[in-house]
Amino acid sequence: MLDKSIEKSPVQLTKEDFASDQMVKWCPGCGGHAILAAVENVFPRIGYKKENFTIVSGIGCSSRFPYYVNTYGFHGIHGRASAIASGVKLANPGQSVWIATGDGDSMAIGGNHFIHIIRRNIDVNILLFNNQIYGLTKGQFSPTTPIGQVTKTSPQGTIEHPFITAGLVMGAQGTFFARVPDNNVKLMTEVLYEAAKHDGTSVVEILENCIIFNDKAHAEYTSRARRDDNQLILKHGEPMIYGKERDMGIILKGTSLYAVKIGVGGITEKDILIHDQFNPDPGVHRMLGRMSGPEYPVAMGVIRSAKSFTYDDKVEEQIEFAKKNSKIKCVDDLLNSGDTWEI
Amino acid sequence: MAKLKNIVELEDVVVKFVGDSGDGMQLTGTLFSDTAALAGNDLATFPDFPAEIRAPQNTVAGVSGFQVHLGQRKIHTSGDLCDVLVAMNPASLRANIKWAKPGATIIVDESAFEEKFIEKAGYKTNPLEDGSLDGYHMIKAPISLLTKEALSEVDIDKRMAEKTKNMFVLGMMYYLFQRNLDKTLDFILKKFQNKPEVVQANQVALKAGYNYAETVEAIVSTIKIGAAPMEKGTYRSITGNVATAWGLLAAAERSGRPLFLGSYPITPATEILMELSKHKSLGAKVFQAEDEIAGICSAIGASFAGSLAVTTTSGPGLSLKSEAMGLAVITELPLVIVNVQRAGPSTGMPTKSEQSDLFQALFGRNGEAPMIVIAASSPASCFHFAYMASKLSMEHMTPVILLTDGHMGFGSELFKIPKVADMPDINPPLAKPNDPDFKPYRRDAVTLARNWAIPGTEGLRHRIGGLEKTNIDGNVSTDPLNHQLMVNIREDKVMRVANYIPEQEVMGETSGDLLVVGWGGTEGMLKSAVGQMQNAGHKVSLAQFNYIMPLPKNTAEVFSRFKRIVVCELNKGQFVNYLKMTHPEFKYLQYNKVQGLPFHVSELTQVFTKLLEEK
Repeated sequence: MLDKSIEKSPVQLTKEDFASDQMVKWCPGCGGHAILAAVENVFPRIGYKKENFTIVSGIGCSSRFPYYVNTYGFHGIHGRASAIASGVKLANPGQSVWIATGDGDSMAIGGNHFIHIIRRNIDVNILLFNNQIYGLTKGQFSPTTPIGQVTKTSPQGTIEHPFITAGLVMGAQGTFFARVPDNNVKLMTEVLYEAAKHDGTSVVEILENCIIFNDKAHAEYTSRARRDDNQLILKHGEPMIYGKERDMGIILKGTSLYAVKIGVGGITEKDILIHDQFNPDPGVHRMLGRMSGPEYPVAMGVIRSAKSFTYDDKVEEQIEFAKKNSKIKCVDDLLNSGDTWEI
Repeated sequence: MAKLKNIVELEDVVVKFVGDSGDGMQLTGTLFSDTAALAGNDLATFPDFPAEIRAPQNTVAGVSGFQVHLGQRKIHTSGDLCDVLVAMNPASLRANIKWAKPGATIIVDESAFEEKFIEKAGYKTNPLEDGSLDGYHMIKAPISLLTKEALSEVDIDKRMAEKTKNMFVLGMMYYLFQRNLDKTLDFILKKFQNKPEVVQANQVALKAGYNYAETVEAIVSTIKIGAAPMEKGTYRSITGNVATAWGLLAAAERSGRPLFLGSYPITPATEILMELSKHKSLGAKVFQAEDEIAGICSAIGASFAGSLAVTTTSGPGLSLKSEAMGLAVITELPLVIVNVQRAGPSTGMPTKSEQSDLFQALFGRNGEAPMIVIAASSPASCFHFAYMASKLSMEHMTPVILLTDGHMGFGSELFKIPKVADMPDINPPLAKPNDPDFKPYRRDAVTLARNWAIPGTEGLRHRIGGLEKTNIDGNVSTDPLNHQLMVNIREDKVMRVANYIPEQEVMGETSGDLLVVGWGGTEGMLKSAVGQMQNAGHKVSLAQFNYIMPLPKNTAEVFSRFKRIVVCELNKGQFVNYLKMTHPEFKYLQYNKVQGLPFHVSELTQVFTKLLEEK
């Protein structure tokens, strides 16, 4: 359900309504362009008034995003987009609030705010551009850079365990997590629409290519040649089948997921796990989020979309309740409440 | 039958209640103060408690105190040394005897002076017997024992009975000061309304204490403090932190901009966060953030979204907020940052007060990032200055730092309740829907404030942020001349606030031999000290500053009329150095103290006297 408290546009908007007059300064071939296209597609479809979108960002290549979309926009400081956006949403719940952030912005310098906005389940949508590198500072490793990768600050290879974004989000009790490659704008648009519909913090991890500093980082599962065999595109209520020949699937055995070939070892399509994105139990969602090659495909689409109350709704509820029940209706009441005396 | 006792009439008295952290000294002191206020005394209070919640019992580390200064004249401070000290155990006596005037009346709970407690307090011998207290008027009463006896008929367990000893001593104090018990009896009734046996125990203990004091021979006289001459009106007692919270609420109401507070708990500022959390009925949105940075950043987001946004903190938290303060400066958004100063650096002494964050408030940001800086000067004044900080921030579209301090935040004084309708108007420069001329950095020609375009308003979509922007259009720009222009505008905008603040006042003659200059929370002590000097016939005046950045326009004129200027601060000389920068044409003397303690009136008068002799 889209948010009823956000006013709808009386007319059907188009992507031109959201086009900004600013020059887009990302590198040619940067994944950012596809994300911008998907956002411009999805905003008119969501149908809120064009004044009811606010995009907030931190620092980094991703965070130039607000300048490129004609909405209310706020380009913040490094790591703090989630904190700034929390304030925007709580102060002005009639806004559909979107955060543009990167892997460094949200999971290194802004890690604390990122996990806490998720934990609180504030109704915002987070576009997490994960290119596994620091781009704007020109090529240092990030918290999602694979172990051993040589970068400008890891000449002998990184020696840190990377974050798995899905694991971090669900560990922080995330209610919505989706993953999309930057080269599938159609899927991205669908997923962003789902994110907008979700009540609570939606995290959409976009596997983004940084053509200059980390080219083909995701190619093993996003390139034209490899993607069918190495991507599992999840759809709610449908079996988890993938592969060029649509003959691979995921089964649950004991407490683990396994990638299997249909028709081998007695496995039939009936054995394949059906995706339930709304399952409140994050168990399978966590396992899906962690899957990676070479044994597993990488899960794409909406992995988790669980119902829970949002912080922003509770804030409004408590205020409503207090307004109805408190004897203090204005500051004069407050000033004269309790112990006072005349002189 | 009690003997008739002498009555001693006094202008003012400083009373200090001290005991173990669990002894209820804060409550006792508050009740004593409330009763005094009802009797028409002017007063100021200060609680003095350790950072630890329950330090080991009967140790000096665990001593909690509450000081109140009451008088039949205007009271400016919670007092330096006390005339009456109430000490509930040896440790509290040992920790506080140095704050008692020579000859002060000292009431002790004699039954708490057991050998093991005396030793735990660090005394070698029993101070009640070794003659070390001969210079004081000692009232040794077996308070715990008498309380237990008084409650022998009340059906209550021993621990609870023991806890009412604070009411017993309060009863004694009420006799000593000839107070009416009704207000406190009524308070007890309301506080424990569901526990009739607790009500009875506390009321019995209070009355027993009163009766005991009436009969005991050690109390030879009672103290009379009449009503202070005060302006007619409705009064209440208020702490600085509560006054700050209420001033913000009043500004929100008058400006029509809802209040948003993003904060992280930190001593001594937490009370503002707690207080505002109670007032959701006034629409206050309070966000307890995950850290100091999220506190200010959520407030900046809320300001962008149209709220009167506030973050509250103390020194270490202000350090963490520095980068975000710059963001508020460059985005030209209103934001009130309340810094309840405490002793630093680093964690320093969290429950002790000083004025050492002034440089941080003025200069503690990267880049050229000027901000309005205002300092409140007493607990009740926090209401006015929180209101003015909000007004100036919104009307001039720039962040404001409001400096208070721990002493002011925790301390209380009487507050004449204003009417919100009588407060000055607040008119934020809101951009109008579908204004064809709207540009994010188009400015008012007089104030230089840009318009506040609130998300959701039709026709005003725009983007702002931490990158330098072109003036008017608000596009990202690294153009050198534009940057120079924007830096100049942001500074000029803050400096023009001088046209909207009151001129600097002087207490006393506008010319003379010595001008005492102070700022913020030292007002009470400096007023008292300068008042004493003036009464003694010296040509000494006081200029106590509340508006620091910008300074009042007549500052130089005020300074020019005195032969000498001495700047007194609870730091190493931050305001005096700021004055040397802004007004280098004057010569400044300085007096500084950095002990986590307020000035004492006596030390100030000594300094001033010496300066006058030197000339």
